[in-house]
Amino acid sequence: MDLKKIIILITAIFLLLSTSLRAEPEKECFEKVSRNIFKFNKGFDKAIFRPIAVGYNKLPERIKTGTGNFTSNIGTLLTVPNHVLQGNWRLAGESGASFLINSTIGVLGFGNPAAKMGLKNQQEDIGQTLGSYGFGAGCYFVLPILGPTTVRDSFGRVVDTFIDPFANVTLGDRELLNISGSDIDYYSVNGASAIDFRADNMTNLDSLEKNSLDMYAAMKSLYLQNREKKISNTFSSLDEDDWSEFNK
Amino acid sequence: MRKLINSLVFAALVLGSTNAFSYDPDPKIFINELVSDAIKTLSDKNISKADKSKKIEIIALENVDINALGMYTLGSIRKTLDQDTIKKYKSLFEKYFLKSLTSRLTDYSEQKFEVVSAEQKSENYTIVNSRIAESSSQPEIKINWRVYIKDPSKPLIRDLIVEGLSLAKTQKEEFSSILNSNNNDIKILFLKLEEFINN
Repeated sequence: MDLKKIIILITAIFLLLSTSLRAEPEKECFEKVSRNIFKFNKGFDKAIFRPIAVGYNKLPERIKTGTGNFTSNIGTLLTVPNHVLQGNWRLAGESGASFLINSTIGVLGFGNPAAKMGLKNQQEDIGQTLGSYGFGAGCYFVLPILGPTTVRDSFGRVVDTFIDPFANVTLGDRELLNISGSDIDYYSVNGASAIDFRADNMTNLDSLEKNSLDMYAAMKSLYLQNREKKISNTFSSLDEDDWSEFNK
Repeated sequence: MRKLINSLVFAALVLGSTNAFSYDPDPKIFINELVSDAIKTLSDKNISKADKSKKIEIIALENVDINALGMYTLGSIRKTLDQDTIKKYKSLFEKYFLKSLTSRLTDYSEQKFEVVSAEQKSENYTIVNSRIAESSSQPEIKINWRVYIKDPSKPLIRDLIVEGLSLAKTQKEEFSSILNSNNNDIKILFLKLEEFINN
C-alpha cells in the first residue's frame, strides 16, 4: 500500500471515529476492554519493563542523562513541524536551533547545551496540534504496551509517523541528507525513551500504585489533565467553578 | 508526565509533615514556612518514622482543609446522601487521606524548594506559585498551592496543582470511577476506603 492510500485510509478512520470526538474526554470508548489491557500492561511492566528500568537505574547518572537527552533531541524532529502547524514560529525556531546545537555541540544529542543557552524544547505532536485546532479528545481507551490514549491522540500517533523526519528515515526507509536508518533504529530509540521514563518514575509509580484505590482511574485522570495542559500550553488547570460550592 | 509524577510524592509529603506551629496568615509566607518546616522535619535523622507520621497527622489536620477536600472529592453524589452517610464518609476520608500521606513518607529525598509568587484569584482563594529546583536526578517542578483564605487569619490548603495537574481532581475522578462502576453505591467506596485504611 503506498503512502497516499495509507493517508486516505487513516483519514477515513479518523472521520468515522470523529463522531465521538465531541464526547466528553472522560467518556470511555470500551472501559472493560481498556481495564483488561491496563491489567495486561501492568503485568508486562512487572515482568519485563520494570526489571529493565531497575537495571537501567543502576547505570551511572551521566549515561542516563545522556540517554534522556539523546531521545529527547530526536523527539525535537517531530516537535518542529508541529510548532509550525500550530503557527508557533518562535517556538519552532527555538526547537530547530535546539536540535542543531545539541546534535553538533552536544555530540549527537547526548549533551544538552541548548538548554543552557535558554532554548526551550517542549515536545509537541499531532494530537496536540489537533487539540489546538479545536478537535476534542474523543473517548478514552488504553492501548497494549503504549498505554493511555484518546481517539484524537491515537490518530495523531499514526500521523506522527508520516510527519516525523526520524520515522520517515527509519520506518519509511527514506534518505534525508544522505542519512538513512531501519525499523530497528526507530524502535530502539522509542524503547530507550520509554525505559528512561519508566526508570525516572520508579518510586513515584510504585507510590501511585500503593496509594490508589483505582489506579486505572488515577492514570486516566493524570493522562487527560496532562494532555489538556500541553494543548493549551498553560501551566495551571485551575477551575474555580469546581470549588465554588465549598466556599462557605 | 515525568515531572508531575515525580512531584506527587514531594507535594503529598510537604502537605503534612511539619511541626505543630502556627504559620503566618499571609498565604505566600504560610506556604514558605510550612514547607521549610516540613523539609527540616523530614531531614531530621533523630526523629523516628513513627514520630514523623504522628506529626504529619497533626499538622495535616491543622493546615489542610480535609473536610472540604473530602466533599469535593466525593463529587455530586454527596447531594443525594443523608447526614449519617456523609458523616461516615468524612471519617473514612480523613483516615484515608492521613494514611496516604504517611505511607509516602519513606519516599522523601531532600529537595530544594522555593516560593516564587502568589496571586489572589478571588476573595476565597490565593494561588501560591512555587518550584522545586532542578537537580541531577530531576528537572525543575512547578507546584501551585490552592490556599483557601475565607478566614484571613487561618489559611488552609485545599489542592496542589503539580505541573498543571490537580491532585484533588485526580482523587475526585478516582472516586467517581469507583462509584460509576458500581451503580453509585457509596458502600462500595466505603469498602475500598476501609480496605486501604486497614491494610
